[in-house]
Amino acid sequence: MTWLYREGSKKITGVSGSLLFAEARGAGIGEPVTVETDAGALMGQVLHVEGALCAVQLFDEMESLARATLWLERGVLEVGVGDGLLGRVLDGRGRPVGEGVSGRSGGIEKFVSLYGPRINPAHRTPPGEAIETGLSALDLMSTLMRGQKILLLAGAGLPTAELAAHAAVQATVRSRENVLVFAGIGIPARDEALFMDAFERGGVMESSVCLLNRAGDSPMERFLTPRAALAVAEYFAFEKGRDVFVVVTDMLNYCDALRDLNRAIYKTPEKEYPARVYSDLAGIYERAGCAADRPGSVTQLSVLTLPDDDLSHPAALLSAAVADGQIILDRALHARGVFPPVDIAASLSRLMNRGIGRGRTFDSHRDLAGQLHAAWAKAMKVKRLPAGSVLSSVERTYIDFADAFECRFLNQRVRETAELLSVERRTFAQSEARAWEILSKLPPEELYLLPSALLERKRWS
Amino acid sequence: MKGFVSRVSGSVVTVRTGAPVRLFEAARVGLAGFPGETAGLRGFWGPDSAPEVDVVLCENPSGLSVDEEVSFTGGPLSVELGPGLLGDVVDGLGRSLRGDGFYLGEGGGDSLPQNRTWRFTPSAAVGDTALPGGFLGAAAEGSCFVHRVLVPCDVPRAAKGNTVAWIAPEGDYAAWDCICRLADGTEFSLSRRWAIRVPRPFAARLPLDRPFYTGVRGLDALLPLAEGGVAILPGGPGTGKTVLQQSLARHCRADVVVCVNCGGRGNETAELFEDFSSIPAPGGGSLMERTLLVSAPADAPPAMRETAVCLAMTAAEFYRDMGYSAVVLVDSVSRWEEASREVEAHLSGPGGAFYARLARHCQRAGAVETLEGRRGAVTLVNAASPRDGDFSDPVTQAALRLSGAFWGLNGEWARARCFPALDWERNWSLYGDALSGVLTRETGEDWAKSRDYLLSFLSQAGELSGPARLQTLSDQERWLLYHSETLQDLYLRQNATDLSGGLSSALLRFLKALDSKVQEAGFPDEAFTVRPELARLFTLPEEEFPDRAREWLEHFAGALTPAVGNF
Repeated sequence: MTWLYREGSKKITGVSGSLLFAEARGAGIGEPVTVETDAGALMGQVLHVEGALCAVQLFDEMESLARATLWLERGVLEVGVGDGLLGRVLDGRGRPVGEGVSGRSGGIEKFVSLYGPRINPAHRTPPGEAIETGLSALDLMSTLMRGQKILLLAGAGLPTAELAAHAAVQATVRSRENVLVFAGIGIPARDEALFMDAFERGGVMESSVCLLNRAGDSPMERFLTPRAALAVAEYFAFEKGRDVFVVVTDMLNYCDALRDLNRAIYKTPEKEYPARVYSDLAGIYERAGCAADRPGSVTQLSVLTLPDDDLSHPAALLSAAVADGQIILDRALHARGVFPPVDIAASLSRLMNRGIGRGRTFDSHRDLAGQLHAAWAKAMKVKRLPAGSVLSSVERTYIDFADAFECRFLNQRVRETAELLSVERRTFAQSEARAWEILSKLPPEELYLLPSALLERKRWS
Repeated sequence: MKGFVSRVSGSVVTVRTGAPVRLFEAARVGLAGFPGETAGLRGFWGPDSAPEVDVVLCENPSGLSVDEEVSFTGGPLSVELGPGLLGDVVDGLGRSLRGDGFYLGEGGGDSLPQNRTWRFTPSAAVGDTALPGGFLGAAAEGSCFVHRVLVPCDVPRAAKGNTVAWIAPEGDYAAWDCICRLADGTEFSLSRRWAIRVPRPFAARLPLDRPFYTGVRGLDALLPLAEGGVAILPGGPGTGKTVLQQSLARHCRADVVVCVNCGGRGNETAELFEDFSSIPAPGGGSLMERTLLVSAPADAPPAMRETAVCLAMTAAEFYRDMGYSAVVLVDSVSRWEEASREVEAHLSGPGGAFYARLARHCQRAGAVETLEGRRGAVTLVNAASPRDGDFSDPVTQAALRLSGAFWGLNGEWARARCFPALDWERNWSLYGDALSGVLTRETGEDWAKSRDYLLSFLSQAGELSGPARLQTLSDQERWLLYHSETLQDLYLRQNATDLSGGLSSALLRFLKALDSKVQEAGFPDEAFTVRPELARLFTLPEEEFPDRAREWLEHFAGALTPAVGNF
């Protein structure tokens, strides 16, 4: 970090959890600080200033106040970026760990602000190029787009990590020179191993940057992890012209860190999220997209665990309000052994219609997806009728359709060996073929949402 | 007037100043000159005391510290109104975003283009009395829009010497060039600033008796909105609020459309701009030429959401005053409320002004007689995003009480991708009775009867598909279910990109005729497989549909009658 001058203060008036109060007149909001203690240097950020007093949010645990000095660093929180980051593991604030790459010598080209400047909405290009993940439930029903920010919502115990890792490795974003940025926020050892293993096996480790804030690391560091990851992603995307796929897990840990900080300051009730959560989350999710006048893109896939499978949890609702769509997993499908267990009715890709169809994915993709959604909704309606209900012959075909939909369309699990899940990869064309196969379970007059010409052609082929 | 920062918390700055400051006065804060607005005053001015002034920043105050200087501008936040506003993308302070770089803050300027001129044709003559709102001449904006240049409405009505002493001859003028001078020396240009929180004056409110055609079949048929009316569009996440608003912006019959991205996604602004720039407008030019995009997305400073909404209303009123029908689409008021709470959490005094501001915002809509004596209107559609689709939430309810039409979206239909996912039975419109006569005249169909036909079908079918069904349905009941599904799937369901309001009455007339033919024939089996045929008919071009549909229906009915005779 470079600074013009440093100012020190020894007047630390108090510490409370991860908050530190000090007399340091002239501290600027959001500026980084270093606290030197006997035990070492701690990092923090100015949160609030009032007269000569300032409140500092610490990213490390403060052990002792003795002989502590607070240094105002001026400037902004920064992360080093450069080609040297590829294939490396960084800590939760974006500093390379192991084999000491530091400074410009180790492939670090420059330092950029963790917060990143805001992207001008008038210079964005709406995402409109489909990403093939190889999973029919996504590719056909909720197609992901290059530059999209999508959420993966599921309760604990569902294979979210498996799905996210699979999508990250398989996703074919336009160019061959993809960069994968992984941000683990409060990530447990099991998930870390799963992701690293999947990246290794998928052969993407060389072109990836992994930022890890492990479950045992400071909760306050969780504020920095996604931002550092996105600053790295933006560098590769908008300065180097690469298509960057960012996987963030788990945003619930981030939201909880934000809530805990707020509770420390304002003594708010335990479950209440502060009003600023929405803007704060938007400051993370909105850092995705495509530019009108430069190559490269940032695509975000953020995992958020739903507490008790509750979709109305504030963290999920607020995230869904900014994201360009959500993939939601269903516990019942998972229990029946379906992978990926995607609840296609609740899942949604808001940008889908811009990037599918002739010349992009395949002809009539939109009509086909619309018909599948409508048929699935109707099948669910029939399935929900109480036992003993009298079904018409048409309604019975919907039961068959629903079964085929689960087994032949959604499910892509091939076999399960002891340590890894084997998943069939489908191209757009293969997913389309599956869709026609399962629609043939229904009488043709039920398929009125498909153009009649297309239906004729398919019936004879 | 100067002051100094004494506290920074979130986006709120507390300032000590010796000079008198007014509420809502605009300020520049700190070395970086962050724009802000005075939101609260505490204490009083005495010989040795100065009050604390809370200033809400419309910029992220990164690096701001105490003792930095604050200057108050002496006037409220205002926006430059004039030709060149349409077709642009501005932020909540009226700064043109198209002039800025890929990352915000690299450049950027005022709302009106600096280096453009407009062809001005004068109508007023030297010696005319210049009353506020009076017509001075026309400026050509875009390829087809006539921008009426009026005497500013803040010119005193009764002042002496308000006769036109000089008016510019026909020619090209920049927005800031003087085009008219009064006898007392007052000069006007094509543009003028207006405080965004102050409603622009008009002569009188007019009754809301003209329909605002939305281009969405179901809305025009069941839940009409009047020109100058207010509608609330609440829906849970993913129910299609934004898409429906975008469809309205695209297909509605309005002269001017102002879209406010209030706490939404940046991509939404980008989508509208990209699409509207390439879609031709009915009157010529592209759709973007009648549109102003105001963008305060979720990652923008929270205070900007409120200024964006006020600015949009001001711009719409500006065009209303020229005698146009403008519409403001706000997406969404819930995000505005969230931003208010976020700002209030940091104020040193009490907050809680949101609901009063929401009411004032809705009151700015209406059909009016302008100062010039023309009819103008501002129609308002507020989207709301109640938590988990629960319409009892306070923002939805407050907005609902201020609205004349309730367009709630239904999560279940959205999950089946049946859009627009409007909840036809729970929704209402208070404008129906006043508009019924005009709608009947203009569509050639008894509007109230058609509405009742649709609603009764939908509600009866709703009762039949209830939880328990332990016996076979009668033929009549089966038909009721089948036909209501047709109405739902083929008539009310409408693709957002190819809405065509023009055909709606012909389609409904046809569906009603089909229904009566099937009833006459005693619900034969053939009636239960017609939907693919109908779907095919409904994709016909507008001019071919009536004849082909009649032929088909005659043929279909002809095949049915013998079966009845056999019984």
